[in-house]
Amino acid sequence: MKIAVVQFPGSNCDQDCLRALLGVGRIEAEYLWHKETSVSGFDAVVLPGGFSYGDYLRCGAIARFSPIMKAIVSATAAGMPVIGICNGFQILCEAGLLPGALIRNQRLHFICQPVWLRTETTDTPFTTQLEKNRLLRMPIAHGEGSYFADSRTLEMLESQNRVVFRYTNASGDTTPESNPNGSLANIAGICNEERNVLGMMPHPDRAWDRRLGSEDGKLLFESLVANLELAAAR
Amino acid sequence: MATAITAAIVRNHGLTEEEYERIKSALNRAPNLTELGVFSVMWSEHCSYKNTRLELKKFPTTGPKVLVKAGEENAGVIDIGNGWAVAFKMESHNHPSAIEPFQGAATGVGGIIRDIFTMGARPILLLDSLRFGPIRGHSPQARHNRRLFAGVVAGIAHYGNCVGIPTLGGEVYFDESYEGNPLVNVLCLGVLRHSEIVRGAAKGVGNPVFYVGSETGRDGLAGAAFASRDLTDESKQDRPAVQVGDPFKGKLLLEACLELLASGSVAGIQDMGAAGLTCSTCETASRGGTGVQIDVALVPQREHGMTPYEILLSESQERMLIIVHGGHEEKVRRIFEKWDLPYALVGEVTDDGMMRVLEGGSVEVEIPADMLANDAPVYVREATSSHAAIRVPIEGIPRSDSHRSLIVLLAEPTIASKNWVFRQYDHTVRAGTIVPPGSDAGVFYVREADKILAVTSDCNGLYCKLDPREGARIAVAEAARNLVCSGAAPLAVTDNLNFGNPYRPEIFWQLREAVEGLAEACRRFNTPVTGGNVSLYNQNPTGAVDPTPTVGMVGIIANEDWITRQYFRNEGDIIFLVGPIGEEMGATHYLKVVHGRKEGLPPRLNFELELRVQQTLASLIQHGFVQSAHDCSEGGIGVALAECCISGEIKMGASVRIGNATDRMDLLLFNETQSRAIISVSPEDADAVEKHCATAHTPLTWLGAVGGTDLVVTNGQETLTWKIAELYETWYCSIENIMSTR
Amino acid sequence: MKVRVIVMPKESVLDPQGVAVRNALKDVGLQSVENVRVGKLLELEFTTPPDEGRLDEICRDLLSNPVIEDYAVRYPCPTDT
Repeated sequence: MKIAVVQFPGSNCDQDCLRALLGVGRIEAEYLWHKETSVSGFDAVVLPGGFSYGDYLRCGAIARFSPIMKAIVSATAAGMPVIGICNGFQILCEAGLLPGALIRNQRLHFICQPVWLRTETTDTPFTTQLEKNRLLRMPIAHGEGSYFADSRTLEMLESQNRVVFRYTNASGDTTPESNPNGSLANIAGICNEERNVLGMMPHPDRAWDRRLGSEDGKLLFESLVANLELAAAR
Repeated sequence: MATAITAAIVRNHGLTEEEYERIKSALNRAPNLTELGVFSVMWSEHCSYKNTRLELKKFPTTGPKVLVKAGEENAGVIDIGNGWAVAFKMESHNHPSAIEPFQGAATGVGGIIRDIFTMGARPILLLDSLRFGPIRGHSPQARHNRRLFAGVVAGIAHYGNCVGIPTLGGEVYFDESYEGNPLVNVLCLGVLRHSEIVRGAAKGVGNPVFYVGSETGRDGLAGAAFASRDLTDESKQDRPAVQVGDPFKGKLLLEACLELLASGSVAGIQDMGAAGLTCSTCETASRGGTGVQIDVALVPQREHGMTPYEILLSESQERMLIIVHGGHEEKVRRIFEKWDLPYALVGEVTDDGMMRVLEGGSVEVEIPADMLANDAPVYVREATSSHAAIRVPIEGIPRSDSHRSLIVLLAEPTIASKNWVFRQYDHTVRAGTIVPPGSDAGVFYVREADKILAVTSDCNGLYCKLDPREGARIAVAEAARNLVCSGAAPLAVTDNLNFGNPYRPEIFWQLREAVEGLAEACRRFNTPVTGGNVSLYNQNPTGAVDPTPTVGMVGIIANEDWITRQYFRNEGDIIFLVGPIGEEMGATHYLKVVHGRKEGLPPRLNFELELRVQQTLASLIQHGFVQSAHDCSEGGIGVALAECCISGEIKMGASVRIGNATDRMDLLLFNETQSRAIISVSPEDADAVEKHCATAHTPLTWLGAVGGTDLVVTNGQETLTWKIAELYETWYCSIENIMSTR
Repeated sequence: MKVRVIVMPKESVLDPQGVAVRNALKDVGLQSVENVRVGKLLELEFTTPPDEGRLDEICRDLLSNPVIEDYAVRYPCPTDT
């Protein structure tokens, strides 16, 4: 089984994502250059963090028109698991694969700090190894990570159980203080209606090694690999 | 129509009459205006170090681990084992940051990153050492300093975050002397295999010379010459001299160059930094013992009607000069088209030792490369010592309310938590940061090489002002002490000398003293200087900045278990002071901040004692006895103890006894005697630690224990109690509160 | 010809940058400023006039994000120099 880590001009977490995936083992992982036009041969796709196209115009606005995105959109319609981390999440929203948008942090500064996330649903290929309400510790590092959607969209996300992670404090409560960027409803990650596309601002690719202070991110990659194995076995 | 060179034109180019005569006699003719421009940048202070070269020779630059020495290339390279090495260097961008702080700082980061990947190394971490005038209050100066501070931090964040290189730490200092002339020193470190080291030499006669990266515009024209003049109100009009950086282009350039280097096509590579195309052309020729000929008509340009003068002196960012092995041109095209970067074949390597620049058919510049790169005049400057610092008698220091004094010191921006700064830096990208900013040293795991690095930067400008030699020695000692407290063995140093006008004898005396102090300490600590930067003319209308020889030091932590952080971890742990209790009050932050006096003889560094203390700390850590270790610096034991309590994720109290009933509390808490660290130890290890230090003849004092919600300090007679929550609030929020001042 | 596209955040979206600018304006003495919104002006220079429908589509797909932004296209007046 093979997982693609897409490289856009300006992606800078591609190496981290590749290493995190290879750290799980049992799968192959490769870079996929944004000018390619096919994802055939791959079983899942990771859109890594970074500053694709320098964040010019809007974060992810230009990357979503990269040649590879057409193939990714088709593949997601056919059920391929896709995870977008940080800039990857921004690209997914710009591409319309996820609803809403990520706007400038409320306090206007770039912020890099560890956060607590609460798992809201285990019903995605990236969260099956977690339990509901399980707290995860991993870093955020972004200037435009505040999730916004209109009230209708928010209602839909909540009623369809599509909020996957929320920012909380160490006790698991969603407080204003625990919200680092002003995201509506403390939303840190969401999935699409079919539940195969996940977008999240925090970095599991920086929390997969005990040396880094947390291995919680590894669970997301482990979940993905386990689900791919299950699908292959069928 | 050639412009006649007049005396005024020579002066405007920053060259003296004697230098002009020297040029004429060496060329056997008068230079044309373009050639004069070329000399003006290559012979400027910034590029040639003409006033400091003799001093810089005093640094120890060799050692068994040195693979590329200081001065040879764009950055020095040190072996770290397993066939891997690190290339690292610190550089300044002070003057541009004073005019336009965001872009000045951003382009400083961009430049140092290029210096590292031009050696063949992938940049993996950044550090920055920043200094500004005071930021508190509502005066126009304070507002201006806040603007500079915010702009510089935002600029560093903008560039470093976008390129995806973590900023692991550094320092921020505030003092009146930096008013109007901030210091922005940035260190970058990259990793590479020994076999990947590449030189900036134009090797192989006939080899094609490529220009790659952003198109050339009129940015920063004569920026190098600009940095060699004092900042005045007029120079604020020099806005065009400030370059605008594009970190996105910088990232593309980095990836494209590393890809090209990995393909084996590159014979030589150099970034276009200060003095742009000029510098890269003549330096590569000089290093290669060859010549380089280029045609500026072939250079990608983004402005219309640029003259050869402008093209050669432009400091447009994100550009490299690459000498490619003959026959490999196709690889350049393929890779640079993949990354959508402009590139052009602009010339070739010759065998005549000349830097020759054509414009279409005609020769515009023809100068021996060596003359530009190596034969700048070398000057001996006059050095006269300013009045020596005088020891401040203890009786002359009024007793203060020590309880209040600790709070005041923790709120002082130089000492307060810098979280407002490093929250804006991505310090987790590249998934290697083990100890993030906020501890004595940043610790990073280099996955490729399976090595753990520790990095720090230090310089106490106050010590250096009052005794430049001792201050410089201490800067090195403190950097080494910080690394040792983190579990590392110091390896090597990069320096950034920041001084005023070298033509003033008392300033040059400061520089010479600092260089000699730094050199001596580097020899004693066995940390060769791998390279660095000199920034002169750091003055503003009110005077020179405090002499600031910033030291950046890199070390290796040989065993993961030795990684040590600065904050207390367990209730009940025993707190020890390793090193003397001390009493030196001269040049302390206590004297400056609480008593408003920047005076006194700075603490004396005893190398023998310092080395003994550091070796003992290292040994204790390696034996597994140390739960936390934090060195004592600004604010003495008082501040260090407070930081041990409040700088971790879980805040802890402590109860300690220090000194005797007859000792003054403020002198005990705030003296800045050197060679000291506060460690915490499991109770069951306390005996072993005492025995260990006794055997090593290292002073050790049992201070007390970790626990409770207060910091309690007693000398047997007077007892002071602070609530940990209050200390934390003061220390953590100080800078944020000041920066919210409207 | 030069065409201007103005992109503004939607009224319903929090514009922290606008808030910061409003506060700064009050600080320098413009007390009566009530609200500030910060947007973008894109100046597109064409060799031949673009198809208006296509430009509109591109404004929606690329130049603005309809989830959070509104846009307006200003074609040059005959009287513009």
